[in-house]
Amino acid sequence: MPNTVREPAISVGGLTKSYGRGDQLIEAVKGIDLSVEAGQTYGFLGPNGAGKSTTIEMLCTIRNPTSGSARVAGYDVVEERDEVRRRIGLVFQQQTLDQQLTAQQNLRFHADLYGLARGDADRRIDEVLDMVALSDRRGDEVQKFSGGMKRRLEIARGLVHSPQVLFLDEPTIGLDPQTRRAIWDYLHDLRRRTEITVFVTTHYMDEAEHCDRIAIMDNGEIVVEDTPEALKSSVGTDRIALRTDDDELTIGRLRERLGIEAAMHEGQVTLAVAEGAQVVPRLFTELDTVIQSVTVTRPSLDDVFMAYTGRTIRDSEGPQSMAAVFAGRR
Amino acid sequence: MAAPVREPLTVVRGDLSHQLRATWVVCRRELLRFGKDKARMLTMLLQPLLFIFVMGTGLGSIVDTGGGTDFRTFLFPGVLATSVLFTAAFSGISLVWDREFGFLREMMVAPISRSSIIWGKCLGGAIVATGQSLILLALIGTVGIPYSPVLLVQLVGCLFLGSLLLTALGVLLSTRIKTIQAAMPISQMLIMPMMFLSGSLFPVSGLPDWLAVLTKLNPLTYVVQPMRHLVLEQLSLTDVERERLLPVITWFGWSVPVGVQLIAVGAITLALVALAARTFRTVE
Repeated sequence: MPNTVREPAISVGGLTKSYGRGDQLIEAVKGIDLSVEAGQTYGFLGPNGAGKSTTIEMLCTIRNPTSGSARVAGYDVVEERDEVRRRIGLVFQQQTLDQQLTAQQNLRFHADLYGLARGDADRRIDEVLDMVALSDRRGDEVQKFSGGMKRRLEIARGLVHSPQVLFLDEPTIGLDPQTRRAIWDYLHDLRRRTEITVFVTTHYMDEAEHCDRIAIMDNGEIVVEDTPEALKSSVGTDRIALRTDDDELTIGRLRERLGIEAAMHEGQVTLAVAEGAQVVPRLFTELDTVIQSVTVTRPSLDDVFMAYTGRTIRDSEGPQSMAAVFAGRR
Repeated sequence: MAAPVREPLTVVRGDLSHQLRATWVVCRRELLRFGKDKARMLTMLLQPLLFIFVMGTGLGSIVDTGGGTDFRTFLFPGVLATSVLFTAAFSGISLVWDREFGFLREMMVAPISRSSIIWGKCLGGAIVATGQSLILLALIGTVGIPYSPVLLVQLVGCLFLGSLLLTALGVLLSTRIKTIQAAMPISQMLIMPMMFLSGSLFPVSGLPDWLAVLTKLNPLTYVVQPMRHLVLEQLSLTDVERERLLPVITWFGWSVPVGVQLIAVGAITLALVALAARTFRTVE
């Protein structure tokens, strides 16, 4: 197959979505542009309420955009809705399995709805069940499954009709770390075996490391978009977190004596410097305050998020986000 | 990127056949789910049995049918029709549960039309309700009606038509009702008046005007009356009995033939489905 120029799997231009009108108008998505190459795993990051779910719902043809355009798998999400739907697989934040039916019956239902021929359907159902290691449980009712198994089954179901793009909205929300890792293992495995494009939203920064490219969304806008490595080196700094007896004094002296701006994050004095290892000895000699502990961290995506939005992802999640976590867990 | 872009496996042989298949799988899901719920099947049968054999026998001694006809014979087709009322209406309303437990979303994002989903839901509910009433129908001999194959087929046809209507009504309601908590009281509020105002438990002859009008506005009436005609025509009724038990339904002075009543049921069903599909589309 010659390496021809291909249309991006997802291309979005000036996409907006508002709810309500007049004074009540809420702009959930404020004109975003993005392009996802075929075969990539693309991470969509941001705190709860950033507009990630609304964006993914527009790309999946569940909501119509207020303005702007989006093409997925080569078709317009509004004008050619069914063409898009045939070519995408969806895994929602909320559980969408029929608990009273067996795993096999759920998959069969999906295959029928998407119009797969009998033989194709049987073969695909076997393949996807095998992929998520649920072949031996295919005859069991879904209500007997654990949360992680249900999630795996939903991913399998999203793949039954061999979509070109797989959308996952917070696929690991409410799952324990071990299961989260397992889910990512399946997704990596999937990428190795097929050329599928994966579009995943998450607010776990560590999961973004699994992606080829990421976009950080905040307040309805994409603040930055690049590979995780490029983003980390663009921040280019190590982060130092200090526990001290007098945080105010420490911040003041850091500014006066070392010329470094610091701020409080999660109860610690936090500063960004080019080379952490060289700064630490000077802290002890020049600050003259009691330092209880020092932590130096190489740049992580949390720092990238902080650099571009001015806060850590946990700062930006109010108490209501816990409610969202529990809602997603249900 | 060496591998070629694969076309989706989806084989779309004409849109209509795909939509029909979608309707069938949604319908089959209803059957699968009902099949797993044997307890529901049996409890749904209890109420009609009480009506016919307990209430019918009890009241039979004081009700004057105007001839030799057993009150229970009169009651039977009416109760048969209301027996599908509960099962069918609840099947339709179960869409609220589908929404609550997320499965509705799986159907809504598939490349199929909303009408296909609604028709599938309606057919499934109607088949389940009709199937269940067959058990009751088998008891028809106990109230003195012969097991005539033609009669039985006609009755099943009426029951199916009625079930379809009631499921469609339930589906329409569920496009508006958003919570499980609201679904039960609202459906009760609808089902009980429909049962009592259909002439299923008493003849619609000699009713006061307000009651007669409400009865005529109730679509279930046009399921009960044709079935009662079919059943009582098997017997030789006296003129008094005919007048009391099989009163003529009139619309603005016009006597409505039984066939037209059934056509009306079909038309109302189509209207309900169309309305449900439209509401469904606008509420995302």
